[in-house]
Amino acid sequence: MTQSHRIAGGQIDRTKTLRFSFDGLPYQGHPGDTLASALLANGVRLMGRSFKYHRPRGPISAGSEEPNALVELRTGARQEPNTRATVAELFDGLEAKSQNRWPSLRFDAMGINDRLSTFFAAGFYYKTFMWPKSFWEKLYEPIIRRAAGLGSVTREEDPDAYDKGFLHCDLLVIGAGPAGLMAALTAGRAGKRVILADEDFRMGGRLNAETFTVGHATGADWAAATVAELATLPNVRLMTRTTVIGAFDHGIYGAVERVSDHLPTPAKGKPRQILWRIYTHRAILAGGATERPIAFENNDRPGIMLSGALRAYANRWGVKVGERVAVFTNNDDGLRTAKDLQAKGVDVVAVIDSRQAGELLPGIRHLQGAEVIDTTGRLGLKSITVRQANGRSEIIAVDALGLSGGWNPNVNIHSHHRSRPVYDAGITAFVPGRDGPPGLLVAGAAAGQMSTHAALKTGLDAAVAALELSIGPDLPEAEDAPIRITPLWHVAHGKGRAWIDQQNDVTDKDVKLAKQENFTSVEHLKRYTTLGMATDQGKTGNVIGLAIMAELTGRSIPETGTTIYRPPYTPVALGVLAGRSRGKEFRPYRLTPSHHWAREQGAVFVEVGNWLRTQWIPKPGETEWRQSVDREVLATRRSVGICDVTTLGKIDIQGTDAGAFLDRIYANTFSTLPVGKCRYGLMLREDGIVFDDGTTARMGEHEYVMTTTTANAVTVFRHLEFCRQCLWPEMDVQLISTTEAWAQFSVAGPNARKLLEKVVDQDISDAAFPYMAAGNITVCGGLRARLFRISFSGELAYEIAVPTRYGDALLREMLARGAEYDPIVYGTEALGVMRVEKGHVAGGELNGQSTALNMGLGRMVSKKKDSIGMVLSQREGLTDENGYRLVGVKPVDPNAKLTAGSHFLEKGAAPVAANDGGWLTSKVYSPHLGHDIALGYLKAGDKKIGQRMRIVNLLAGLDTEVEIISPHMFDPEGERLRG
Amino acid sequence: MASLQPLTAFGKREPVSVTHGPLTITERTDIALASVAVRKGRAADLAKAAEKAGAPLPGPSLHQQGSPCSAFWTTPEMWFVEAPFASHELIADLLKSALGDAASITEQTDAWVAFDLAAPDLAPLLERLCNVDYPSKPEGYATRTVMEHLGVYLIKHGPGAARIYGPRSSAESLLHAIETAAHSVW
Amino acid sequence: MIIHHPILGPRDAQEFVYLGDASLIDRPDGMTAGVEAFHDYLYQRTNPAGEHQELWYHEQGDRSWLVVTRNTVTHEITKVELARDVARARGRTK
Repeated sequence: MTQSHRIAGGQIDRTKTLRFSFDGLPYQGHPGDTLASALLANGVRLMGRSFKYHRPRGPISAGSEEPNALVELRTGARQEPNTRATVAELFDGLEAKSQNRWPSLRFDAMGINDRLSTFFAAGFYYKTFMWPKSFWEKLYEPIIRRAAGLGSVTREEDPDAYDKGFLHCDLLVIGAGPAGLMAALTAGRAGKRVILADEDFRMGGRLNAETFTVGHATGADWAAATVAELATLPNVRLMTRTTVIGAFDHGIYGAVERVSDHLPTPAKGKPRQILWRIYTHRAILAGGATERPIAFENNDRPGIMLSGALRAYANRWGVKVGERVAVFTNNDDGLRTAKDLQAKGVDVVAVIDSRQAGELLPGIRHLQGAEVIDTTGRLGLKSITVRQANGRSEIIAVDALGLSGGWNPNVNIHSHHRSRPVYDAGITAFVPGRDGPPGLLVAGAAAGQMSTHAALKTGLDAAVAALELSIGPDLPEAEDAPIRITPLWHVAHGKGRAWIDQQNDVTDKDVKLAKQENFTSVEHLKRYTTLGMATDQGKTGNVIGLAIMAELTGRSIPETGTTIYRPPYTPVALGVLAGRSRGKEFRPYRLTPSHHWAREQGAVFVEVGNWLRTQWIPKPGETEWRQSVDREVLATRRSVGICDVTTLGKIDIQGTDAGAFLDRIYANTFSTLPVGKCRYGLMLREDGIVFDDGTTARMGEHEYVMTTTTANAVTVFRHLEFCRQCLWPEMDVQLISTTEAWAQFSVAGPNARKLLEKVVDQDISDAAFPYMAAGNITVCGGLRARLFRISFSGELAYEIAVPTRYGDALLREMLARGAEYDPIVYGTEALGVMRVEKGHVAGGELNGQSTALNMGLGRMVSKKKDSIGMVLSQREGLTDENGYRLVGVKPVDPNAKLTAGSHFLEKGAAPVAANDGGWLTSKVYSPHLGHDIALGYLKAGDKKIGQRMRIVNLLAGLDTEVEIISPHMFDPEGERLRG
Repeated sequence: MASLQPLTAFGKREPVSVTHGPLTITERTDIALASVAVRKGRAADLAKAAEKAGAPLPGPSLHQQGSPCSAFWTTPEMWFVEAPFASHELIADLLKSALGDAASITEQTDAWVAFDLAAPDLAPLLERLCNVDYPSKPEGYATRTVMEHLGVYLIKHGPGAARIYGPRSSAESLLHAIETAAHSVW
Repeated sequence: MIIHHPILGPRDAQEFVYLGDASLIDRPDGMTAGVEAFHDYLYQRTNPAGEHQELWYHEQGDRSWLVVTRNTVTHEITKVELARDVARARGRTK
């Protein structure tokens, strides 16, 4: 049967046929269809099973408010659960599956839950699964987890790309119905920069679903003509398939544009979706309104839907949902559906109008003062039971029923700054309240202006007001009918259940239970019953739920109040929030000047922050990392090794107060440092804890070059700017980072000087360039360079720097010219081994908890001058004589393996926190000593040198005896570095 | 000068140039760059010396062409000065001798990778990359902004001409971000 | 949020790093003030539900430290100043 329910008209392209499948069965539709409209055109009403009771469900809406028709779209890695069939745009080859059913949609074994409904009432989690306690983790939770949720997610990686972007405008118009189009036209013609965003793939909003006229055209044609005019204006950006998901602070709006969701797959290189951050001075919310149903027993059968949706399917998509249709309404809008359907040749068998009086529809059986009280048809509506004004019941055979309980303005985005909607008794709905997001105006149905004329007028007025225009375009003629509503939320009848929130299977009985258990505030009602949660955020059900609570508690609806809304307006794919920041592109990487050389050598790289540093460089035959690292260490200590240290932060500090400034930044003194010298500096935080360390050189009278650790380069710079601008603005100090401007290499080992003499143009003998000298030099015949005689390895060592573009060449030149010394290039592992051997602190020791005193550097903190952290480093608790001190550790058994993070215990002490003596901060294997060595913080460690203790790590199964030694485990006298 | 062969930020001998659709991205290795910051109380001295030396010192958010030097504002009382690399490889020394001790001057040439972007209209590309309202900005607008987590300087030389200075060590990541955005747009 | 930078105009708060209460400008003199004064300076905060002066650093911008007067309840920003100017006005220039 092909499109058995397709009727004439609509905005679909019948010249093209699209093939798609639902639960494996093939169907056909047309461009312009949604999945829901195409399935309905094929006579398919049953599209899903409900969340808790697995009740058969069909769509109740024709828009993004849909709670029921949630399907899985696509297959494989692109499979997406919980997609609303009512907004999924049809494309050729679309594959969709129903969810939450097994083995099939028509027969679902979990439908048994519906029969057991007494066990699943609101709050059942809290009551049913409490005892015995031990059952929760092993039994209840796994079962609930399997049963809960709707769709299933793919286990494959999302193959699509997502973009982020930034837009700026004078006016953002949210929604392109009559109000939004009129607002955009007003602002666009005035030459303002306008963004008009609509979640639909066709602009026009309800105008596309209605038959009345605007001006001299049909509403849909007027909308199309207005869109066409807007498209010609260069100052207007039209964004279809774009949902504004939230209003954030100060005129920032989030929007998701679904660039490729209507295509089988995104075009090559194109994103699936884009997350836009929109910056605007003014915005107009013209998001329309959402119709609400009326609750009565068994009101959730496939074929029962919102009256406006029935009308939309007929007018916009040329689809009749049923052969015999009835409408149940409490206002004039329901009558409009009956008239439109009848005009389309659909058999409207009855209009059940809860109002007692009013104009009777000609040519249709119009029952006033009547109510629908029950229905039949498990997999699809078969009949309704009507209680007439005289109290008699009548069963009417229908296969579609439209419900019109009134329209709720879509106030959601206006509530995103916690503005509470207020109740408007005239339309029996909540309208935007006070204190909405500054700069956001509301127009049209979203503001409770329900006629087309009022939408057009308030759209125009809002644009004029927002942009302070003197005049707007002429207003086209349009209907201005009142809605004439008499509130009816809920038909009280027998013992059956009336569904309020169909997505969460919340019934009138759940609301009663909540009241009975005193969860009467709307916020409690929501949490207790789950009313208004999940993907639809209660767009169709919320107000009915709270109206019933109002009835039960004898309060008015305004007294009962409403919950408010948070972003996002509709569900958002996590991928679009991540944007491009995924996998290898999670963050940018930084390459050192020696990177290309190291890659040629087969180096192993390690991430240090964003940097990729050489970790070690394996030689042929080396099968294990330790072989490479041991070789690099031994070769450096034997002759000479080179290491790329460009990643250390470098900050140029100039000005007549540069020295005095550094005195306040560092715990030790720098103003007395002679030009041409460098010094190790210790930087504290104001709380007295060590912040960073590094070597700073005085390159001129008013010019210093500071080095920071790689990890803290950014935060130290920020701190220096804070001190310069906020604390001591009188000082003459200028700062600039030069980290990347210079390629810097450490050259270390007994032959370091001899190797450097091959490239440096000047005399660098010990007399000319002694320990801790620093200066500008030239290399290789005149290239400007810097040389610092500093050592992290304990060897005779220098750091040499050239402009970054020459770094690669300098490295190759040093290796070539110094070949006779057999130089090696070492990585961060060998660097780490050598610094631990020398007892230098690094990341494990600079842990944000340790003081200079802890590190054995207490004497570096000068009390003769004010510096950041000086005062608080002296406070009680940080100066404990028996506090942690940095010590060296070696195992008594040279074959024992130590583990960083292990704890010190006295011999015989139980491994409990009370006996904890401290911990190992860094551990390496020393190829010189032939065993593991470590650094650690040990309570009163300075008094325990030479003693034996235990190192215990319960996780690693380690408990071994160690000797506490000086942290300076290699060349403690420092003879080598002064050589 | 020296015997050492320079490499680009991409580890190559020659600058990269990439074309996609209407966009051309050209790496510029022929620009020397230095920061110039006013020493305390020396603004007038610096202004005088800079004018004499042919180095403009434009106001906030601006780039100004000059000869031989152009410059853009980076932070309060600090500018980046651009000059041809061939004649100004020693840009810091040259500026120091021209500006004396009225300014603190630091070589910045190799701290940055420079890309020139050219297309009839760069706005669709830049709106996917950074939070700058490019169409509304005047020619000569210069700002720091962020592209895919990277802090960069963006200078508008026209609706279809811009220069980006990004951190040199992340040249590959930055180019990849620009190319990816270009493929997204065009 | 948008911070109206006194020099650069409106900029997204994403470009900034937040530090905290602007009273951090009022650092005592370490040569005369004791541990108590520094303790109060570093740890004592009023944490108002309402107008609050706070320090923001334009790290992805011009590196200015700003004093932003912001309502912590509504996020309304009523004043933005260069921290350097505030520091000078509070007598930090000798």
